[in-house]
Amino acid sequence: MTKAHIQASRTPAEIVEMPASVRVVPISQGRKPMVEISKLYKSYGPIEVLKGCDLVVERGEVVVICGPSGSGKSTLIKCVNGLERFDRGALVVDGVRVGERASDMTSLRARIGMVSQHFELYPHLTVLQNICLAQVHVLKRSKVEAQAKARALLARVGLPDKEGAYPAQLSGGQQQRVAIARALAMDPVAMLFDEPTSALDPEMIGEVLAVMLELARDGMTMIVVTHEMGFARKAADRVVFMDKGAIVETAPTQQFFDEPRAERAKLFLSRILSQ
Amino acid sequence: MTGLDFGVIQRALPFLLEGLALSFFLTAVAMLGGVILGLGLAVIRLSRWKALSILAAGYVNGFRAIPLVLVIFWFYFLVPLALGRSVSALQSVVIAFVLFEAAYYSEIFRAGLQSIRPGQWQAAYACGLGYFQTLRLVVLPQALRNMLPLMITQAVVLFQDTSLVYVISLRDFMTSASIVANRDNRLIETYLVAALVYFVICSIGAASASRLSARWRPA
Repeated sequence: MTKAHIQASRTPAEIVEMPASVRVVPISQGRKPMVEISKLYKSYGPIEVLKGCDLVVERGEVVVICGPSGSGKSTLIKCVNGLERFDRGALVVDGVRVGERASDMTSLRARIGMVSQHFELYPHLTVLQNICLAQVHVLKRSKVEAQAKARALLARVGLPDKEGAYPAQLSGGQQQRVAIARALAMDPVAMLFDEPTSALDPEMIGEVLAVMLELARDGMTMIVVTHEMGFARKAADRVVFMDKGAIVETAPTQQFFDEPRAERAKLFLSRILSQ
Repeated sequence: MTGLDFGVIQRALPFLLEGLALSFFLTAVAMLGGVILGLGLAVIRLSRWKALSILAAGYVNGFRAIPLVLVIFWFYFLVPLALGRSVSALQSVVIAFVLFEAAYYSEIFRAGLQSIRPGQWQAAYACGLGYFQTLRLVVLPQALRNMLPLMITQAVVLFQDTSLVYVISLRDFMTSASIVANRDNRLIETYLVAALVYFVICSIGAASASRLSARWRPA
């Protein structure tokens, strides 16, 4: 039985219960980092939203970015695939210099998956068509090939029977899992998650996190903006804490939770964990 | 007055149908041309190129500030001057209608495109789709659903406006009816039937518009 078969047969609950030990693909050493952010600045008019952020994400690494709202987390992650422009600094993603005219952003975006807070499935297309659209029009896969890929991914995110449904017929958690499948269909080298569970009802958060956790265990490079500290503990290699447009603390997960250094991070953690 | 005689309509039927055909032809061509040009104008207007965007806005606002009769007149005299050769009344009126309708359809497109959340653009870009792919595959199909009722309403207005071509002596349905009414001295019968024809055609248009907008409430 192949790995895909085993994954497809696992229920989300079982995935959550798996010990957080085994990582299928180790973090790569010696190769160029996936994302290199250096001295990134951005302002909306007089408001400075990024104040010189530095962050390096290695291949295979899972980084969780947290912090109070308005701290620039979403802006930072959207800069990584060029959905937001930045004013100053340098940003290299998978060898491509983001923000330079000559850079091929379209092909970079095809390699970097993104999942946003509000799912943003295409409402006029079925689930299957949603997952096939970019495969066919960007990667130029045949329709048959794209559909086979889509069906395999729908099984992987636990929605094998929803391919003919329209987004409006699905719950929020199901829509978000389809959105993850849509991003994975492009065979991304890295995935960006922008508050993937913050628009979901509490009972649906678990099913989305389970899919993300499995992805992390498979060795996907991930940058996740989230307040789900349980997910951070289980999946993240490092946690980045942002406040008022600056990266205040970057620490290995264990260290971040056990002994956060920045005062602001301590306060944030005590508030969010007491909830 | 010696009672109504609708026989006049029957005798003049081929003549009236010819006029109706021109009305339909003008509506169809003006709509098709107006939609294509209007989409282009809307895309330019919403684009990042400031200068082009201002030009497009000027075009749209300019045409919308001028009565259609005046536009028809102008083009009748201006197009031959601009081209340096004579042009048939029909050709000049087709150009006038297309350019005029483009201004109105452009506003419908602009509202339609703006009705789609920015997140849809971002989601498509994030998958590697380009601007025109996103427009064609993701945004326009959704926008068209929101826009279709308005587009049909605009076509109904346009159909009525084709009667204005009488000013340059083209014979649309209304003009044909006028000619028959005066020639046979049957004003009441002819104009009654003319009104009925416009009423039925435009009602069908309006009804289909409201049915579509009821069926396609955004999800």
